[in-house]
Amino acid sequence: MTNETKAKGCEGCALFFQGASNCSGCPETIAVRTILGVAGRNTVIVNATSCLEIFSSQYPNTSWGVNYIHGAFENTAAIAGGVSLALEKQGREANVIAIAGDGGTLDIGLQALSGMLERGEKVCYICLDNEAYMNTGVQRSSATPFGASTTTSPSGSVKPGNLTMKKSIVDIVAAHHIPYIATATVGHVDDLKAKVAKALKKENQPSFIHVLNPCPLGWRFDSWRTVEMARLAVDTGMWILFESEKGKMKITKEVVERKPVEEYLKAQGRFSHLFKPENNHIIKKIQEHMDSEWERTNKMCSE
Amino acid sequence: MDTHIIERLSEIIADGEMDAKYVNVESEHSAMSVCLGAQATGVRTFTASSSQGLALMYEMLYIVSGMRLPVVMVNANRALSAPLNIWNDWSDSFGARDSGWIQLYCESAQEALDTVIQAYKIAEDARVRLPVMVCIDGFFLSHVYEPVDIPDAQAVGKFLPKFAGPVIDFDKPVSQGMWAGPECYQDFKKEQNDAMIRAMEVIHEINKEFKEQFGRGYGNGFIETYNMENAKYALITMGSLAGTAKHVIRENKIHDVGLIRIKSFRPFPFAEIKKAIKDVHALGVLEKNLSPGLGGALCHEVRGMVKTKNVSSFIGGLGGRDVKIDDFMKIFDDIRHEKKELVWV
Repeated sequence: MTNETKAKGCEGCALFFQGASNCSGCPETIAVRTILGVAGRNTVIVNATSCLEIFSSQYPNTSWGVNYIHGAFENTAAIAGGVSLALEKQGREANVIAIAGDGGTLDIGLQALSGMLERGEKVCYICLDNEAYMNTGVQRSSATPFGASTTTSPSGSVKPGNLTMKKSIVDIVAAHHIPYIATATVGHVDDLKAKVAKALKKENQPSFIHVLNPCPLGWRFDSWRTVEMARLAVDTGMWILFESEKGKMKITKEVVERKPVEEYLKAQGRFSHLFKPENNHIIKKIQEHMDSEWERTNKMCSE
Repeated sequence: MDTHIIERLSEIIADGEMDAKYVNVESEHSAMSVCLGAQATGVRTFTASSSQGLALMYEMLYIVSGMRLPVVMVNANRALSAPLNIWNDWSDSFGARDSGWIQLYCESAQEALDTVIQAYKIAEDARVRLPVMVCIDGFFLSHVYEPVDIPDAQAVGKFLPKFAGPVIDFDKPVSQGMWAGPECYQDFKKEQNDAMIRAMEVIHEINKEFKEQFGRGYGNGFIETYNMENAKYALITMGSLAGTAKHVIRENKIHDVGLIRIKSFRPFPFAEIKKAIKDVHALGVLEKNLSPGLGGALCHEVRGMVKTKNVSSFIGGLGGRDVKIDDFMKIFDDIRHEKKELVWV
């Protein structure tokens, strides 16, 4: 399915073919096609074991119209570093893009990510964050938000779902003082495009983009609402769009009047238990946490 | 252990004597991952490890061989914890024996050097395309100074020309490291095994070619025999133990016991060993590894192919314990007496 005429107007579609076996409403195709549309053919994708890897690379079929390497779960950054150094050795210039999920980045892949960032290899690392291990059946990761029900942090009569706050990977990445860091969503495609373009500049690498990927299956919403869910995350302050270029941080989408977090929570089945009267305090806690994150991020951006 | 190797390499690269990218990784797992990425892009790669480091790398060993990437590494054989122990035995690489890497065990520092050069040629051969692990006994080989003849770069370049691919092409993109379902996974594994079997002839050819060019060969590439001409008994072992065994045989003018040193543990040289032991009454296997509940893994493999002769089993040298001259004398006696029970040396 390399029909390029079909892909007119969507360069990324020519590089990530039709026919992948992902769920309907899956945000990952949106993310990958947007990324490839900016990056073009001269690209090596290094992909962690993940949903994306499973639905795009079952032998003998591939969805990838660019060079693609999958190694394992936790070492995407290290493999990408190796690719980048080999290209330098060969005297060839190309985009090296590492793509991993939240588990592959915030949990098991954290060490390899830190190593690659510290060594300063020419890699654009993109985390597609759907806030749990969706590939293996919606188990909790350190990116799962407070209060969310997953198959390993279920809401029960004693515990109201996940009891830890989402790990702030961008703060961890920022501690490596790399030139470019950004957050994005699949509901703000132009914003994502602009950020990928910046993240692919060699002088901005290693670079890191954290993309919110609302997952209809794991978050339990109707599959036609993926983009809406990403936008709602930003409109309620559950996700803040910003970028940091050479240490200068700025908000890339101002939200003048934040909607209450309830609007985001009530749209998703994973939070439905929070609307029982006895769990009111959880929603309050989420709102307070998001208020403080909002303040903290805005303060950093005004510095 | 392996640190000597990478320290010296970093000096050579820092002095501009070698044109290579040197990566200080944060873990052995990432070391093998960087090798994977670089090799998949299309350059030669090398790393060295040992003991716990190799254990941390295990996952990637299987992936690199499954992806048919001709990475070369040196493993300085050392014991695995617990108890923590930094000295020599073969526990680390024996744990990786099923990972699909060719494993070549060396007796001397000279052989280690020569085998690394040969390893690239074996790994990259179109009939093989498998990674190679050059195993050297930690401390006995990694920390002992002995004179080594270093062939000049031009001669090595003639023997081992520049890397000839495959190299990734942006006009013809490929997907590497894909997943395979039950309908074809086993076929990939069969192909790996076929490649390992084909590696036998390649190892043999390259050992011969190396000998012709540099004047040094190591048996037929898979095994080396010593004093086997009139031997009634044989000792099978690997690595630096063979050096001591040869010394004991020579100094004590032993005529009835010969030595078979296995160099290629994977692929396992069944036919060559069978041929070497055809005239002996009994044999023994001395090894520095333990498979708890089974005994010596190497002995088990030898027993699997020798049905009609007694194979005595000796485990020694674990965690760096010396296997001394007197121990060898006793081992030879036990082989002569067709000892049945496992002997701890």
